[in-house]
Amino acid sequence: MNKILTITKKELNSHFNSPLGYIVVSVFLLMSGWIFMQSFFIVGQASARSLFNFLPIIFMFILPAITMFSWAEEKRSGTVEVLMTFPVKTAEVVLAKFLSSFVFLAIMLLLTITIPIMVTEIGNPDRGIIIAGYVGALLLGSSYIAIGLWISSITKNQIISFVLTVTIIFIFYIIGNSLILDQLPNSIAFIGKFLSFSTHFNSILRGVISLSDIVYYLSIVIFFLFLNARVVGMKKWK
Amino acid sequence: MIKVENLTKKYGELIALDGVSFEMQEGEVIGVLGPNGAGKTTLLRILVMFLEPTSGKVEIDGLDLGNPLYQQEIKSKIGYLPENAPLYEDMTVWEYLSFVGKMQGIKKDNLNEKILNVLKKCGLEDKQNTEISILSKGYRQRVGIAQALIHDPRIVILDEPTTGLDPNQRIEIRDLIKEIGKSKTVILSSHVLSEVQATCSRILIINRGKIVADDTPERLENKNRSQAMINAEVDELGTNIVPRLKLIEGIREVEINGNRITITTTLEFDLRKDIAKIIVEENSGLLELTRQQANLEDVFIELTK
Repeated sequence: MNKILTITKKELNSHFNSPLGYIVVSVFLLMSGWIFMQSFFIVGQASARSLFNFLPIIFMFILPAITMFSWAEEKRSGTVEVLMTFPVKTAEVVLAKFLSSFVFLAIMLLLTITIPIMVTEIGNPDRGIIIAGYVGALLLGSSYIAIGLWISSITKNQIISFVLTVTIIFIFYIIGNSLILDQLPNSIAFIGKFLSFSTHFNSILRGVISLSDIVYYLSIVIFFLFLNARVVGMKKWK
Repeated sequence: MIKVENLTKKYGELIALDGVSFEMQEGEVIGVLGPNGAGKTTLLRILVMFLEPTSGKVEIDGLDLGNPLYQQEIKSKIGYLPENAPLYEDMTVWEYLSFVGKMQGIKKDNLNEKILNVLKKCGLEDKQNTEISILSKGYRQRVGIAQALIHDPRIVILDEPTTGLDPNQRIEIRDLIKEIGKSKTVILSSHVLSEVQATCSRILIINRGKIVADDTPERLENKNRSQAMINAEVDELGTNIVPRLKLIEGIREVEINGNRITITTTLEFDLRKDIAKIIVEENSGLLELTRQQANLEDVFIELTK
């Protein structure tokens, strides 16, 4: 456990030692703040809903910028060779890398807390929906991160890592869209709807965190972290 | 202490290691030598468990590297410096060594002491607060070696520790390796012969994935001493010289290159006297005459052709 935290700390330090960490956080706050304000004044309702509505899209570009370095940079510079030969299990390193991006995500979300506070000051929003929104954002972000980390582990090039991650997340996002689903036969449409990020995120945003949504996101995270470990770990000896 | 049996590694069609076997005792300093692409790095990466072999077996202290139960234990016995000393550029030397120390499971109370220890050993005391990105190549290499030593491992594996250094840095790193070799089992790889000759008690020469020689530097040098070379430089090359030289018993080959004559002879006789006599008789004006025995370099070239 100590070693996991050591790596997590190292990763977080490198996020915040480079300008990129601050740029990503600023861009995120700017975008989410702008989108919220815009609809806030148009709709004229004391609700934080619009903050969360666009998160799947904003995260799609923000989180891959964080995860694109994770393994790709270690592979490019060769430090992965030192890291993986420490007396530490592959799963621990993968988990540590995930944790550091997760903490980054949590910090980013924490900084948006001014929006619900403001809304609460003016009106009387449904707190349950706001809390569900944050939980949903963490779950959604975690699955984006897991995908980003896996992609980062299969390439040395950060740009490729970024673009591929955005693409895969985008696919997972749109397969639940009715425009797509209408074209598909019912049997497949059901799978598409089930696999889509947006279906589950929208259901959480209604204020109900159901077990199936949590299981869905956790499965996505575990699945991609498992793939990640397969890529970076030494395969079994024959 | 280390036992390698029939190790083979294939990358698709390419065979990087082809049935490599050797054993190593505690305290030995082995140099793995070979041209680029011979399989040195692949061998070392398998020993540190960064790569798995296609087939074969490695035991360290009697523990099988292929058994997941022992892998963490074996890893902590080894200190490893990969090729080109990859380091986290954004850390200072102290931060980096502290990170490595924690990863190697050093307790908090001992950590500072251990870091100071390796800083001193590797001559890094005045660089401890410098950011790694601005260190020179020589210092980076030292940080890499310090990293490999921090947990006081019994086995130290260094991949091309002197490549890319200037001559002074190379001598410094070489001395450091000699110092480490006094108390630890060391495996290092290199494609520079003199490095290995100066630091190692045993040499493994690898070519195309196979071990082609495994011996002490001295014995390797003697093994291929079947011939000697004599170099002569003359003022003016007479036409009769070459045919006359060829008549001397024991001369195998005469090569002309401008005013230089390279003569290959059998080892038994020193033919310099006879050669000098002919050159003087032909009035060619002898400028230089030297005899040279096959050295390790020639052995290396011969074996890895």
